[in-house]
Amino acid sequence: MNVFSGVWDWLTDGAHWTGESGIPTRVLEHLEYTALTLLAAIIIAVPLGAWIGHIGRGAGIVGMLANSLRALPSFGVLILLTVWALDRAWGTGGLLAATVVTLLILAIPPILTNTYAGVRAVDPAVRDAARGMGMSPMTQLLRVELPNALPLIMAGIRSAYLQVVATAVIAPYISLGGLGTYVYYGLSQQDYPQMTAGAVLIALLAIAGDLLLAGIARLIVSPGLQIPRRRAWYRRRPNVSPAAATTAAVEPASTDLDSEPNDPDTAGDDRRAAAR
Amino acid sequence: MNWQWLSDNSADIRSWFLAHLYLAGVSTVLGLVLSLPLGMIAYRFRWTYPPLINLAGILYTIPSIALFVLLPGLIGTSFLSPLNVIIALTLYTLALLVRVVADALRAVPEDVRLSAQAMGYRPLASLLRVQLPMAIPVIGAGLRVAAVSNVSLVAVGTLIGVQQLGQLFTRGLALSNYGAFYTPIWAGIVLSIVIAVAFDLLILLGIRLASPWQRVSR
Repeated sequence: MNVFSGVWDWLTDGAHWTGESGIPTRVLEHLEYTALTLLAAIIIAVPLGAWIGHIGRGAGIVGMLANSLRALPSFGVLILLTVWALDRAWGTGGLLAATVVTLLILAIPPILTNTYAGVRAVDPAVRDAARGMGMSPMTQLLRVELPNALPLIMAGIRSAYLQVVATAVIAPYISLGGLGTYVYYGLSQQDYPQMTAGAVLIALLAIAGDLLLAGIARLIVSPGLQIPRRRAWYRRRPNVSPAAATTAAVEPASTDLDSEPNDPDTAGDDRRAAAR
Repeated sequence: MNWQWLSDNSADIRSWFLAHLYLAGVSTVLGLVLSLPLGMIAYRFRWTYPPLINLAGILYTIPSIALFVLLPGLIGTSFLSPLNVIIALTLYTLALLVRVVADALRAVPEDVRLSAQAMGYRPLASLLRVQLPMAIPVIGAGLRVAAVSNVSLVAVGTLIGVQQLGQLFTRGLALSNYGAFYTPIWAGIVLSIVIAVAFDLLILLGIRLASPWQRVSR
C-alpha cells in the first residue's frame, strides 16, 4: 500500500497546512462555492416548489425540468459559461459566477422536486384543519405545509449538497481554487499522493457536511415528524410509484447510521401504530 | 458554429462520442445487473436491508472524482485507466438502484404475491417471475435517473485524462485563449445530451415492452 503511505505523509506534512494553497484555505474556498450555491438554490427552489405543491399544478413540468437539467454535462456548462465570462472580461467575479451557476443546475432539481413532493404529501386532513382554523392560503403554506414538508426539503438539500461538493472539484479547471486543486495539479505533476490526498479530503468534506446537515434537520424538524427511533420502518410496505421512485432516488440514501437493527421486539409496532 | 472545425475534427469527435457512449452505457448496465440480486437479497432477507442501504448511502456520498482517483490505490488499476471511471460509475448506479429495487419489490401488492403462491410458485420463482416483473416500472424510473447522471459524470473523467466527450470542453477552453471559441463546447454539450436522451428513450421503451399490463389497464 505504497500509495496510501504517500498520502498519509502528504496529509501530515505541516507545509501543506499553511498559506495560499494550504488545506484550510482550500477547504474554505470549497465551502464558499458550495455555500453560495446552496443558498441561491434554496432561495430559488424552495418558494417555487412550495408554490407548485400548494396549487397542485405543474408537477409534470417540474419533473421534466428536473430530469432535463440532469442531462446537462456540468463540466461542459462550466466551460461554456467561463469562456463567455472571459469574453466579457468579467474577471474573477465572472469565474465565480460561472461556477455557482453551473453548480446551481445540479442543486436546484433535488431541492425543487423534494419541496414540491413534501408539500404535496401533507395529509389533506391537516390541510383542511388549517383552513378550518381560518388560516389564509399564505399562512397555511408557511405555518402548516412547509413545516410538514421540512423532512423532505432537508433531504433534498442534503442531496444537493453532496452533488455540489462533488462537482465543485472542477473549479480549478478554470483557475479557481477549492479542494479540486490538489487533484488537478497532482494529475498534471504526476504527484499521485497529492491527488489521492485531495480525493480523501473531498470525500471527508462531503461526509462531514452531510452529517452536519442531517444534524440540522434533526434540530429544526418538528419532533412530531421525526422518525421514531424504534420503528421497524423497513417492515412497512411503502407505496412506491414510479414518480415517487424518482424523488426517492433524489433523496440521499443517507449517511445517518441510525437505521434500526432488525429487532424482533419491534415486530408489533405496526399494529400498535395502527391502534393509535 | 464553426462547421469547418467540426468536420476537420470529426474523427476525434466520433471516437470521443463512442467512448462516452461506451463508458456510460457499460457502467449503467453493470450497475443494474449487480443491483438486481443485491436488491432481491435486501428484500428477501430483511436484516440485510439496513446495512446494505447504509453502505450504498455512504458510497453515494463519495464524490465521483474522489472515487476515480482512489480506485487505483484500492484495487491496483492504472491511474489514467478508463476502468476507474467504469468501476466508479457502476458503484454509483449500484448504490442508487439497490434501494430502488428493494423498495420496488416491497411495493408489489400483497395479493399478487399470495396469488403467485396459491398458483404453486415457490418463493424464488415468485420473486423472479412475478414480483420482479411487477417492479419493473419503478426500477426503470430509478434506472433513468442513474443513466442520465452517468452520462454527465463521465465528462468529469476528463480531469483524470480519460478520453471522451469531455475532451471537447478542454479543447474549447484551450482554443478560447484569444477570443471565445464556442464550437467544441456546444458540440460536446449537444452530443452529451443526445446520449442522455437516447438512454432515456431506450429505458422508457424497455419499460413499456416489459410491462404490457400497464397499457392494458389504461
